[in-house]
Amino acid sequence: MQLGELKFSVLLFGLLQTLRVMARRHPAYAKRLAERNLTAQIRTADNRVARHFTFRDGRVTSGRGIHPSADITVTVQNADLGVKLFSLHVDHLERIEAIKNFQLQAEGPDELMVWFMQTLGMIFTLGWEYGTDLGDGVKRYVTNTNGGPLFVHVKDGKILRITPIELDETDAPSWTIRARGKEFKPPRQTTVAPHSMCSKSTVYSPSRLLYPMKRVDFDPNGERNPQNRGVSGYVRISWDEALDIVASEIRRVKRDFGPGAIMANHGSHHTWGNVGYYISAAYKFFNAIGTTKVMHNPDSWEGWYWGAMHHFGHSMRLGQTETYGLVEDLLKEAEMVVFWSADPECTSGSYSAFEGTSRRQWLQELGIELVHIDPYYNHTAALHGGKWFAPKPGTDAAMAMAIAQVWIAEGTYDKSFVGGRTVGFEAWKAYLTGEEDGVPKTPEWQEAETGVPAKDVRALARRWASKKTYLGAGGWGNGHGGACRSATGIQWARTLACLMAMQGMGRPGVNYGLLQWGTPIDLKFSFPGYADGGMSGDIESTGLGISYYQRMPQLPSFNTPTQKVPRLQIPEAILEGKAEGYPWDGKTIEGQFQKFSYPKAGHATVQMLYKYGGASIGTMNDSNRYVKSYRTDKLPFVVNQSIWLEGEAKFADVLLPACSSFERWDISEFGGTGGYALHGQTQMNHRVVLMQHKCIEPLGESKADYQIFTDLAARLGLGTYFSEGMTDLDWVKRMFDASDLPKHISWKEFLRKGYYVVPAPAEELRDPPSLRWFYEDRNKDVPEPHPLPGDYTEGYLKGLQTQSGKFEFECASLKRFDPDDPERPPIVKYVPSWEGPRSEAYARYPLQLISPHSRFSYHTMCDGKDSSVNDIEEHRVLVDGYYYWVIRINAEDAAERGVRMNDLVRVYNDRGAVVCAARLTQRLPRGVVHAYESSAVYDPIGEPGYSVDRGGCINQLTPKRSIAKKVTGTAANSCLVQIEPWDGSGELRPAKPAHEEAAS
Amino acid sequence: MKKWNLVIDVAKCFNCNCCTLACHDEYFDNEFPGYASGMPKHGQNWISVTQRETGTVPMVEVSYLPTTCNHCDNPPCLAAARDGAVVKRDDGIVIIVPEKARGQRQIVDACPYGAVHWNEERQLPQAWPFDAHLLDKGWKRTRGAQACPTRAMQVLHVEDDEMKRIVAEEGLEVLHPEYGTAPRVYYRNLKRFRSLFIGGSVAGEIAGVVECVDGARVTLEQRGQAVATARTDAYGDFRFGGLDVDSGAYRLTIADERFAPASIDVELRGESVYLRDIGLAPRPAAAQEATRGGAAHAVPLQ
Repeated sequence: MQLGELKFSVLLFGLLQTLRVMARRHPAYAKRLAERNLTAQIRTADNRVARHFTFRDGRVTSGRGIHPSADITVTVQNADLGVKLFSLHVDHLERIEAIKNFQLQAEGPDELMVWFMQTLGMIFTLGWEYGTDLGDGVKRYVTNTNGGPLFVHVKDGKILRITPIELDETDAPSWTIRARGKEFKPPRQTTVAPHSMCSKSTVYSPSRLLYPMKRVDFDPNGERNPQNRGVSGYVRISWDEALDIVASEIRRVKRDFGPGAIMANHGSHHTWGNVGYYISAAYKFFNAIGTTKVMHNPDSWEGWYWGAMHHFGHSMRLGQTETYGLVEDLLKEAEMVVFWSADPECTSGSYSAFEGTSRRQWLQELGIELVHIDPYYNHTAALHGGKWFAPKPGTDAAMAMAIAQVWIAEGTYDKSFVGGRTVGFEAWKAYLTGEEDGVPKTPEWQEAETGVPAKDVRALARRWASKKTYLGAGGWGNGHGGACRSATGIQWARTLACLMAMQGMGRPGVNYGLLQWGTPIDLKFSFPGYADGGMSGDIESTGLGISYYQRMPQLPSFNTPTQKVPRLQIPEAILEGKAEGYPWDGKTIEGQFQKFSYPKAGHATVQMLYKYGGASIGTMNDSNRYVKSYRTDKLPFVVNQSIWLEGEAKFADVLLPACSSFERWDISEFGGTGGYALHGQTQMNHRVVLMQHKCIEPLGESKADYQIFTDLAARLGLGTYFSEGMTDLDWVKRMFDASDLPKHISWKEFLRKGYYVVPAPAEELRDPPSLRWFYEDRNKDVPEPHPLPGDYTEGYLKGLQTQSGKFEFECASLKRFDPDDPERPPIVKYVPSWEGPRSEAYARYPLQLISPHSRFSYHTMCDGKDSSVNDIEEHRVLVDGYYYWVIRINAEDAAERGVRMNDLVRVYNDRGAVVCAARLTQRLPRGVVHAYESSAVYDPIGEPGYSVDRGGCINQLTPKRSIAKKVTGTAANSCLVQIEPWDGSGELRPAKPAHEEAAS
Repeated sequence: MKKWNLVIDVAKCFNCNCCTLACHDEYFDNEFPGYASGMPKHGQNWISVTQRETGTVPMVEVSYLPTTCNHCDNPPCLAAARDGAVVKRDDGIVIIVPEKARGQRQIVDACPYGAVHWNEERQLPQAWPFDAHLLDKGWKRTRGAQACPTRAMQVLHVEDDEMKRIVAEEGLEVLHPEYGTAPRVYYRNLKRFRSLFIGGSVAGEIAGVVECVDGARVTLEQRGQAVATARTDAYGDFRFGGLDVDSGAYRLTIADERFAPASIDVELRGESVYLRDIGLAPRPAAAQEATRGGAAHAVPLQ
């Protein structure tokens, strides 16, 4: 026997001893070994080394040589490789290479193979201790959520409390910014958003889906009764039955219809964690079975992606500019901040809790002037003060153009920057001055559109030009949300980008931001974000290829069907069998021009929907359509994998109960997004990388998403491929090892303490401010991997991503694509909203509804569910024993309609009707109403899809129409409605057209 | 000895309700014998936030008032309690002892602030116990203070003399001092929640165009006495805040060398007043000025 063979042979014998020792030491492991009866063998391809292990009722026996009837066999090419692959330290690259080169192979039932490999893996994980003992039987664990990381105190297997993380003296010191003679330091703790502060109440919610369920009148082998979805109840079934139905439906639709018959969809957000996230486990699984992908539109970016990007590139962040050094530059240099459609105190930077809030409190301390432009006197304005402008929704672009017109008329823009660093200004100037169309875009001109007095806009334009001004556009400051998702969102974002170019973007004190992004933290420390692909293996549609594929080698995955359905047109795809759209693609500016259609050549139409969660009715536009598309035989099978039974989950045929992130293992970073929000951690005051402990056991029979996919994959022979034989905790360790964490903290300590604070860099090593290089005409020097090399014109790192490499007032990309598109001409022009004061429906529906993101419902997470947020007056109001969604209305508009405070009102248009509680306010001008979106509760009073909803799904009223014809984007904030006192009826009663009104 | 106090800055509260939710997290479905029995799931937030707005579009002020048990030094609930059901601890905290308070509804009724809630299911009077069970274990601050992102809610653990000094120096107030209960929950900028403002936007024609009048001197007078002055900002705006709710008649005078002086009478009765378009007339010739004696009144624009 050669030395290698001897070693491998000894190693396998040692494995037997280890199994026995571990079973003696750890009762949990003994229990694990008793789960299956089987014989597994490990051998070299030439059978020169072989050992089999027989598991019988928890006992393990073993023997040398080939077993005549082993259930499963693992074959390694040779003994040397065997030694490497089965030793204590697993080299994952070596393992992946062995699998890819067919040097490591598995035979036998997949489910047993997964069990066997995971069982071997547990040898390493069983002794791990985690959490901090607080005494009195209380253990402190750590988790992370969409609204910030948490300490989780657990007693007797139950969550006692959750708190923010208070940093201690062993954690890295915080940064200090010195500005104008003052020193600024962030608080030594993490913050928590309200939608996470209520987590305990949602984990233990009575709406939790605790068992697999089947719709009572759904029979996969007989009558399916899809028309009863949303109405017929559920019966509890076993996991085996549930998984069997789903697996057999996957096989059936593939067999009967072919590639693309399965459509997979998820909400915009999932519970936090890089392994369990949808851009990880779900993508791997969906790729493994082959699915029609639902193409999400860039719904937080819209106007920036479809519009501003053509002026200055930045496709990597979907049209949002660089995000470095902005906090320091603003505090040191800026004299004024214009918050335009920006309410960071409400939207919390999406996933950064209230981290930016304490920084914005410094604005007042420094006497920096603030301006807020928003139809709603939002939370940011209310807290920090400043001048409030309330243009009619969707008219902001006109106001912005008038500002530019004043600058031109008075010569108060940065002429040298415009001359040297931009192209096409003359063309836009001709439009603004009226030289092109005879209409100068003056403050007086905009007043007719916006309702904002001309004098005020002129004053703002002058103030802006005379001060070093930061533009805080949208909740992130460089875009995101608000006015960009309206019929005029493209115009708005484009015009703002042009304003910034006129004032010399990148000049000290002149940039994009509102102290939300750009803290001086260390971005050189490597740890992946949730969009960086996790264990998905998906190098095509996640950030994996450019971030962690090299550091965390894994089996690649590819989705073989290339058919896509735009998310906003799922109902049309199902009900009408066709849809088309333009994609969300961050690689280049031109990616968005590549139109796609459904059905795609050679693909099957959708026969089955695999849905994650129940958010659509509260978050998608004109969402009665989604309800209708569920209640049709054109969609023969729906499975929903969800934590809570709510919203559209109630329209599934089979329900798979997923556990919350408090009940499973994961690893992540506070606000660590990666992908299109690269370096999102700079929204945080500290970089905090977190172990997400399994704080409690999964409730009921719920399971981690990862486990559900593993179990289902195993039924399809894909379990080993899906899991690589690993548990979710194994993947967590693998991600830890792949990151920079081990250089700074041991696994043992990380597992115990649960987090690591990445030290802030020394002051002289801080990243340079965004766009300064561009302003000063130097090579790009900020730490981001975009534009891709091929997108530079004058040479690598020279200039922007545009054709000219300069800021383009007249966009070359749009000229190439369609210079005659009236909705998106090469220079930005004002076209009134197709659903607004100038549209036909305004006579019947004279109120403009805006529906921003809420503090108290995160993409439906945390709302409903009998959650503690329901008692918060801003969120829901209790009337006659029911918690109604709140709509805000100007007090005079309400009085005209006979509506008093907290009266129940019918908010309606031709698309639907929602019952809300009215809050009378002066925070809105007349003609505008405001209700947050993201109700988790859909509660129709009558036939689903055809009746009044009293749950609060405001999105039943928003238009399905795309912002523009040649883009696929939501215009949710262009929505006309009427309001009247609710008479208790569940019937939809749209307003009559004007001519009928006159006749009656 | 050091005692516990809570200081709430009304100007920093922005209605995130994290204090309310943290309180719910702590007391719903948890039992802390000797301190608190479980809070009902709904309808009884032991810390709650009230919204208030004043003014009209586009000049409004929004403020929020978090309220909770005041941990009074002269607690009416203690006087009303039987069998030692309410305890005033040496550290200032008032505890309604769940084991002793069952059935004692009069404890709820005794609180003039309405800060004691009746738990119907448990037949218990309940109030926020200052998270005493946590402080007793070494916590330095309460759940609400810890969860507050703006530090609007802060805990002070100081000697009473020190607290007295802080109250005087920083102008802290308590709710309804006239109740005489000596609360340990103090407020900073409480006036913001109660007072009104008089504000307006001043405009006038400059070179033939209506413009915001920047830098005009605005004087607020009451009973012939100037009570405050301000300069209009770049948008022609001025605002006199902190005025008492029913403070009655005021007169505004507006002076800017480019325009004729103006004055406006304003009545403050329960609501703030925002004067949308104060249009200044062109400065009259010297002779005219003499005859009018500077008593020009505001001319609305258009």
